[in-house]
Amino acid sequence: MTKVSMTVNGKAVSGEVEGRTLLVQFLRENLGLTGTHVGCDTSQCGACVVHVDGKAVKSCTTFALDVAGASVKTIEGMANADGSLSVIQQSFQDHHGLQCGFCTPGMVMSAAALLADNPRPTEAEVRHGLEGNICRCTGYHNIVKAVMAASGQTVAAE
Amino acid sequence: MPKDSGIGAASKRREDVRFLTGRGVYTDDLKIQAQAHAVMVRSAVAHGRIVSVDTSAAAAMPGVLAVFTGEDFKDVGGNPAGWLIKSRNGEPMREPKRPVLAHGKVRHVGDAYAAVVAETYQQARDAAQQLADDTVIEELPAIIDMKAAAADASNRVHDEIPDNICFDWGWIEDNRAAVDAVFAKAPHVTTLELVNNRLVPNAMEPRASIGEYFPGTGDYKLTTTSQNPHLTRLLVAAFVMGIPENKLTVVAPDVGGGFGSKIYHYGEEALVLAAAKKLGRAVRWTAERSESFLSDAHGRDHVTKIELACEKDGTFLAFRTETYANVGAYLSNFSTATPTFLHGTLMAGPYKVPHVYVNVKTIFTNTAPVDAYRGAGRPEATFSLERVIDKMCRELSLDPFEVRRKNFITTDMFPYTTPVGLAYDTGDYHATLDKVIQIADVSGFEMRRQASASKGKLRGMGLSTWIEACGIAPSHLVGVLGSRVGLYDAATVRVNATGNISVMVGAHSHGQGHETVFPQIVAERLGVPESAVEIVHGDTSKIPFGMGSYGSRSLAVCGVAMNKAIDKIVAKGRKIAAHMLEASEDDITFADGKFSVAGTDKAKTFGEIAFSAYVPHNYPLETLEPGLEETAFYDPANFTYPAGAYICEVEVDADTGKVDVVAFHCADDFGNIMNPMIVEGQVHGGVGQGIGQALLENTSYDENGQLLTGSFMDYAMPRADDVPFYNVDYSCQTPCTHNPLGVKGCGEAGAIGSPPAVVNAVIDALHRGGITHVDHINMPVSPGRVWQAING
Repeated sequence: MTKVSMTVNGKAVSGEVEGRTLLVQFLRENLGLTGTHVGCDTSQCGACVVHVDGKAVKSCTTFALDVAGASVKTIEGMANADGSLSVIQQSFQDHHGLQCGFCTPGMVMSAAALLADNPRPTEAEVRHGLEGNICRCTGYHNIVKAVMAASGQTVAAE
Repeated sequence: MPKDSGIGAASKRREDVRFLTGRGVYTDDLKIQAQAHAVMVRSAVAHGRIVSVDTSAAAAMPGVLAVFTGEDFKDVGGNPAGWLIKSRNGEPMREPKRPVLAHGKVRHVGDAYAAVVAETYQQARDAAQQLADDTVIEELPAIIDMKAAAADASNRVHDEIPDNICFDWGWIEDNRAAVDAVFAKAPHVTTLELVNNRLVPNAMEPRASIGEYFPGTGDYKLTTTSQNPHLTRLLVAAFVMGIPENKLTVVAPDVGGGFGSKIYHYGEEALVLAAAKKLGRAVRWTAERSESFLSDAHGRDHVTKIELACEKDGTFLAFRTETYANVGAYLSNFSTATPTFLHGTLMAGPYKVPHVYVNVKTIFTNTAPVDAYRGAGRPEATFSLERVIDKMCRELSLDPFEVRRKNFITTDMFPYTTPVGLAYDTGDYHATLDKVIQIADVSGFEMRRQASASKGKLRGMGLSTWIEACGIAPSHLVGVLGSRVGLYDAATVRVNATGNISVMVGAHSHGQGHETVFPQIVAERLGVPESAVEIVHGDTSKIPFGMGSYGSRSLAVCGVAMNKAIDKIVAKGRKIAAHMLEASEDDITFADGKFSVAGTDKAKTFGEIAFSAYVPHNYPLETLEPGLEETAFYDPANFTYPAGAYICEVEVDADTGKVDVVAFHCADDFGNIMNPMIVEGQVHGGVGQGIGQALLENTSYDENGQLLTGSFMDYAMPRADDVPFYNVDYSCQTPCTHNPLGVKGCGEAGAIGSPPAVVNAVIDALHRGGITHVDHINMPVSPGRVWQAING
C-alpha cells in the first residue's frame, strides 16, 4: 500500500492505495464519492469521466497513483458555490437530457470539458465530442440539445 | 397555452437534481457495514460436463470467507419460467430446471458454476481465478445454430430434451388450414426470409445485488438492480430459496436503466442471500460489463420466414410465418411469452387482414438466455410485417403509402378483433400516417434526393406503420395465454395530516420519470401542488404490491390503480366534509382542491379535510374511520394499443456501404399525454435503440459458442454521432377506452417502429440508385453487408 495525495473538488485528500487501485476506485471507495460510475471495463462508456487538471479523463483506466498531486474534479464538485446547478447541469434538466441518470455524471463532465475547449460548438462537434460517452436511454437527442443550449445556442431541429 | 403543472404539463423532472449532482444512490453505491464481496466463477466453454471442482486452494487464499458451487444449491428450487406455453400438439413446453449455480453441466459461456466470497473484491477475484484453474470441465460440442439444434437429437443442451425444442407453437392452430387455403389460390405471394438480430440490452448500470441477513430476527434483505422488486421477492422466496415472503425485503433503489434485462430474477440474487446467511455479513456482487454481456438476458434472435398473400392491387389476404426463436440455454422468466404472446398476437399489425397463422419454434442453444428486450416480440412482429409489405409493394410496383391506407383498419371498425386473438379498442391509423407524411415533408423528398445525389450519396425513404399491445396485464387474458401470475398493479395514496401526500406505487422507475409524472396526476386530481406529492417505489416493505415496470405498463396499469385510490380519497373526503360542513354528502362537490356545499359558499380545503381526518375534534368516529389513506388494485380489461407511423431517410455511400440516418420522423398515437417532455424522451430513446438494432448492434457467437461481441469494443452501441435529431409528433390521440386516464403507454414504441423504417429506407435508396437486385439486407445493415449486397 502506498499513500497518495491529491486535490478533489478543491479539498486536499489522501489515502492508502495499491498500485493497481484505479482512480475511480479511490474516488468511490476511499472518498465515498459515488457519483462517478463504472459502466464498463474497457474504457468505452465514459460513465467514469472526471476532470484531472482541467482535462476530461476516464477514471476507470487511470491509476490513483498516476494522479498524485493533481487537481481532480468530479460531478459532486460541479454545482455552483451556493449549491445551485451550474449552467451545464441546469441545461441537462431543462432539456430532459437524462433519464436513468447512470451515464449522466460522465456525460456532464465530458460536456463541460467540451465546452471549455470549444465554447460554441456545432451540432456535429457536440456529437463527435461526446462520442466517448454511451447513453442507452435518451437516443442522445436531448443531450445534444442540452449541450448546445448550455453554449448559448438554440437547436434548429426540434 | 401549455399548462405549467398537472396532467399534460412538461414538468421538469425532480429526480434529475440528484442524478446531476452525483447524489443518486444505485445499488453499487451502497456501502454496508462489514460487507463481503462475491465474485462469480463462470464457464469459459459453451457446453461442458463438470468433472470436478476443487475448492480447497481457493478457500485457503487470503481473505476468502466462503466458496459455493452448484452442489450447495442442488436441493433448492430453480428459477422458473413465468409463462407456460403449449405446443401445437397439445404437449406442455419443456421447462428444464434453471439452478442458482450450474450443477453437472455448464450450458453457455458465462454460466456461473461457483462463487467466491472474500473480504475484498480483489481477494475474491483472485480466488475465483484459482477456482477456475482448479476446475475440470469436459468440453462437449456446442449447440449454437437453431435449425441444426432442432435437427440433431444426439447433442442436447439439456439431456432430458431430445430435440432441443422447448415448444412448437401455432397461433392460432385452428386458423392454419384456412390460411393455407388462401395461399394456395392467392393472386400474389411475397416471401421473405429474415433474421431479427440478437441484441444485448446493455443498460448502462451493470447488474448488482447486495444480500443481508439479520440473525436476530431471521429477516433477509436484498438490494438489487430490478425493474420488478415484488416479482423478484416472489421468485426468490417462494420458488428458489424457500424463504417466507414476510421475511424477505427486496429493494431496488435508483436503477440505471433496464430495457427488459432487469425484469428477471437472476441466480446472483439468491447467491448473495445464501452467502449473507451463511456468513452473517452483508455480501455484495456487482457485474463487470463483460459479465453483463455473458450473463444478462439477451433480446430478439429470431429467424423468420414470412409470406404475404394478396390481390394484385395490394389488398392483404393472409400472413403466414414460421419462426425459430432462440431461448438460449435456460428459460428466463418471460422468455416463453416474448416470441409467442408478445409476438404472434401482433402479427395482424394495424391491418384488416382476414387470415393469419404464426408458427414459432423455440430452441435451446448453448448461448445466454434470451428474453424480453424493449418492445419484446412486438419489434420482431413489426419488422417481419413491414419488411414483407415493402417487398410486396416493390414486386407489384405499388405505392407503399397507398398499400397501407388500403389495408388499415378504419375508425368505424373498433372494437376490432384480429385473427390472432386481440381486440383493438381504438385507434386512427390513417391519422398517424397522414401526420407523418406531413411532418416528414414527403413531397419534398425528390429535391432532397437530388441534393444527396449531387454529393454522391444514394438517398432513400422508408415507411413503417406499427401497433403494439401494451399495458401488460390484463390478468384474465394473460392467464388464458399461459402466465403463471396475474399482472395487475397497486398503489397506496397516503394523505398525511398536514396535507402532503405519499404515494406508494408498484411500478418501478429506472429512467421513466415516475417521481415527476405520477405527482402531476395526483396534483391535478386533488388540487394540490406537485411538490406536495412524493412517490415511493422500489421497496417491498413500503409498497402494498406491484408487478414492476415493463411492457409500457407503468401509467396504463399502476397509474390507473393510483387514480382509483385517488377516487377513494375524494369519496372519503366528501364524507368528512359533509360532517364538518353539516351538509348532506350528496351536496358536497370537490373541485380545485376544495370540498364545497353545492350552491353555497361553504367550503373546506383539501388540507383542512386531511387534518381533520387524522386529528379530529369533530369527526363522525362512529360511522367513519379516521385517517386518509387508500389502496387500490387495478386489473385492466384489455391491453392498450398504441400505434403510429414512422418515416426514416437515409443516405447510402455506395462505394463504402456506409448508411447515415439523416432524418427520422415519428407520428405516434399514445392516447392522452401526461407529460409531453417525458413522452418525447421515451420515443427518442426507443428510436435510438431501434437505429442501433438496424445499423450497428449484433451479438455474435462463433461455432464454439464463444461470444465474439463481448465488450463495448466489439459490440457497436449507438453513439451520439451515429444518430440524428428525431422529429417526434404525438398530436394524434385516440384515448384508451378502458382506462380512465385514457393512456396507452409510450416506452417501447420507438424501438418497435424504427428498425423496419431504417431498413426499408436503405433498400429504397439502393433501388432508386439503380441497384435493383437487392431486396433485403439483414440487420445490422453494416457497411460490409451493404457493400456485399451491392457488389454480390
